[in-house]
Amino acid sequence: MQLRNMAKPNTAFRSRKLLRDIRLNAGLYVLLLIPVVYVFIFNYIPMYGVTLAFKKYTIKGGIFNSPWIGMYQFERFFSNAKCWQIIWNTILLSLYSLMAGFPIPILLAIGLNHIRSNKFRKTVQMISYAPHFLSTVIIVSIMSQLFNLQFGLVNRLVEVLGGKPKDFMGAPDAFRHLYVWSGVWQNAGYDAIIYISALSTVDLQLHEAASVDGANMWQRVWHIDFPGILPTIVIMLILRMGSLLSVGFEKVFLMQTPTNISVSEIISTYVYSVGLTNKRPDFSYSTAVGLFQNGVSFILVMLTNALSKRVSGSGII
Amino acid sequence: MAFGRRNDTAGDRSFYITTYAVLTFLTLIVLYPLIYVISASFSSAYAVATKQVWLYPVHFTLDGYKAVFRHSMIMQSFLNSTLYTLGGTAVNVCLLMLAAYPLSRRAFPGKNLIALYFTFTMFFSGGIIPNYLLVKDLGMINSRLALIIPFGFSAYNMIIVKTYFQSNIPNEMLEAANIDGCSNIRFFFRMALPLAKPVIAVMVLFNGVGHWNGFMRGLLYLNDPNKYTLQQVLRDILMLSKISADQLSMISDDQLVEMTNAMELIKYSVIVVGALPMMVLYPFVQKYFTKGMMIGAVKG
Repeated sequence: MQLRNMAKPNTAFRSRKLLRDIRLNAGLYVLLLIPVVYVFIFNYIPMYGVTLAFKKYTIKGGIFNSPWIGMYQFERFFSNAKCWQIIWNTILLSLYSLMAGFPIPILLAIGLNHIRSNKFRKTVQMISYAPHFLSTVIIVSIMSQLFNLQFGLVNRLVEVLGGKPKDFMGAPDAFRHLYVWSGVWQNAGYDAIIYISALSTVDLQLHEAASVDGANMWQRVWHIDFPGILPTIVIMLILRMGSLLSVGFEKVFLMQTPTNISVSEIISTYVYSVGLTNKRPDFSYSTAVGLFQNGVSFILVMLTNALSKRVSGSGII
Repeated sequence: MAFGRRNDTAGDRSFYITTYAVLTFLTLIVLYPLIYVISASFSSAYAVATKQVWLYPVHFTLDGYKAVFRHSMIMQSFLNSTLYTLGGTAVNVCLLMLAAYPLSRRAFPGKNLIALYFTFTMFFSGGIIPNYLLVKDLGMINSRLALIIPFGFSAYNMIIVKTYFQSNIPNEMLEAANIDGCSNIRFFFRMALPLAKPVIAVMVLFNGVGHWNGFMRGLLYLNDPNKYTLQQVLRDILMLSKISADQLSMISDDQLVEMTNAMELIKYSVIVVGALPMMVLYPFVQKYFTKGMMIGAVKG
C-alpha cells in the first residue's frame, strides 16, 4: 500500500523528465530523421526481403504478397549435388586467404618499424600501398595479361626456364593460388598500417634496457615487439574469423572462367548466376541461398564478437 | 654499411641485413608487374607480340594510347564514373554526419536503441536478390540514380566519425552554446561540421575510392552501355575483348594475326589509362587513409 503511493509521484516525475529530455534534444532527433528513414528503406526493407526465401516469388505478388511455401527452397539447395562443393569452395578460399594474408602484414610491419633510414621506409611504404588503390577489374586484368597463355610474362619466364606454358587463369588447380596470392600482393602493404600503429605504442625504453642486457634484435623483436602487438593481432584474427563465409563477390566473379568453375563457384557468385543471369530468374531460390550465407555469417560474427569481448574487453558492438 | 651502427652485435647486423633484403625483394615484387604493364603499353604491337618487352618499352610508340582515346566508350564511361563518384560520395558523407553527430552527444531518450538500429546493419543484410528487387521496385534499374542513391550507409564509418566527434567536440562546448541560446541544429552546422573537416576529408576519400573502383553495382543495375561505369567498360575491353575492328585497324592491317597483336597492346594501354587516376591521386590520399584507420582503431 505504502509502496504504491510512493511509486506514483515517481513515475509522474520520470515521465515529466523524459518529456523534458526529448524536448531538450529535439534538434538531434531532427538530424537523425533522414538517416533513420534512409536505413529503413535501403537496409531494413531488403532484410524483410529475405522472407522471399520462404515464399514462391510471383511478379504480381512481389516481395510482400507472394505465397508462402516454407522450407522448400532450402531443401532444393541442400539436395542439389553442387551445394556442398560451393560451400566447400567458399570456406577453402576464405581459409587460404586468411592463412596467407594474415601473417605477412605483421612481419612487414615489424620489419618496417626497425628500418633506420626514413627514406627507405617511406619508399617501401609508398610502393607497397599502391596496388591497394587499384580496382578489382584492373587487378584481375593485370593478372590475366601476365598469366596469358600466348604472350604472358609468366609463361615467357616458364619457357625461358625450360617449362611448358600453361593457361593459368583457366586452370582449376591454379585458381586458388592466384586468387590468394594476388590478394596478398594487393593488400599486404596496406594491411600492415594497423600493426605499424600498434608497434608505435611499444615502449622504446624496453628496447634500450634489453639491448643493454645484451639481447640482439631478433630476441628483442620476439620478446618485446611481438608481445606488444599481440592484443591487436588477436582482435584482427577474431574479426577475420567472423567473415569466414563472406568472400567478396567481385574478384571471384571476374576471375571465373568456364574451365575453372568447379573451384571458383562460391556462394555469392552462385546466387548471382541463378538469381539474375538466368532467362527465368529464380528469385526465391537464390534469396534462400543468400540467406543461408548471411545467416551463418551472422552467427559467426556474433560468436567472434563475444569471444573478442572476453579476450580484450571490447567487441565491435 | 648504411644500416650498421657501431654498437650493433652480430645478431643485430644479421637482423638488419635480413630485413633490408626481404623488404627490398618484396618491394620489387610489387613494383615489377606494374612497370612491366606500363612499359608494354608504350611498346609497339610487334614488340609485345614477339615477346621482346621485359623491363623497358621496346620500339617506343603511343599507338596503344591513340587507339584507347579513339574508343568513345572509355571517354563516356569516364564521365559517368566521375558523376557516380561525386554523387554517391555526397550521399555517403551527408548520411554519416547526420547519423554520427547526434549519437556522439550525451545520452538522450532512445539513443542506445537508435545506435543499435544503425550498427545492426553491419551484421545482417538482405543480400544480392532482395537489394536488386528493392532497386527494381523503386524504378531505378538502368537509371543513373541506382549508382548514387541506394545502399550508401556504412555503420563502420559511422562509428569512426562518431568517435571523432566524441573526442574532438566535447559535450561541454554544446552545453555552453545551448546556454547562449544556440540550438542543437545550429550548433551542428555552425560548429560541429566545420570542426569535423579532417574526418570529412577522410570519409570523402574512403567512399570516393570505393565508388570509383566499384564494379558490382554497375553490373547489377545498369544495362545501357551509355551509362556504364569505367570499370564495366574496362572489363568489356580487357576480359571480354570487346573492341571493334575499327579501333584495331588504327594500328594494323586487318589480317587476323596483326589484329590479335594490336589487341594485346591496346589492353596494356587500357590498363594504364584505367589505373592512372588512382595512381596519380593515391600518394596524396594515402596519408588520409592511414589517419582514418588510426581514428577507427581507437574505439569509442
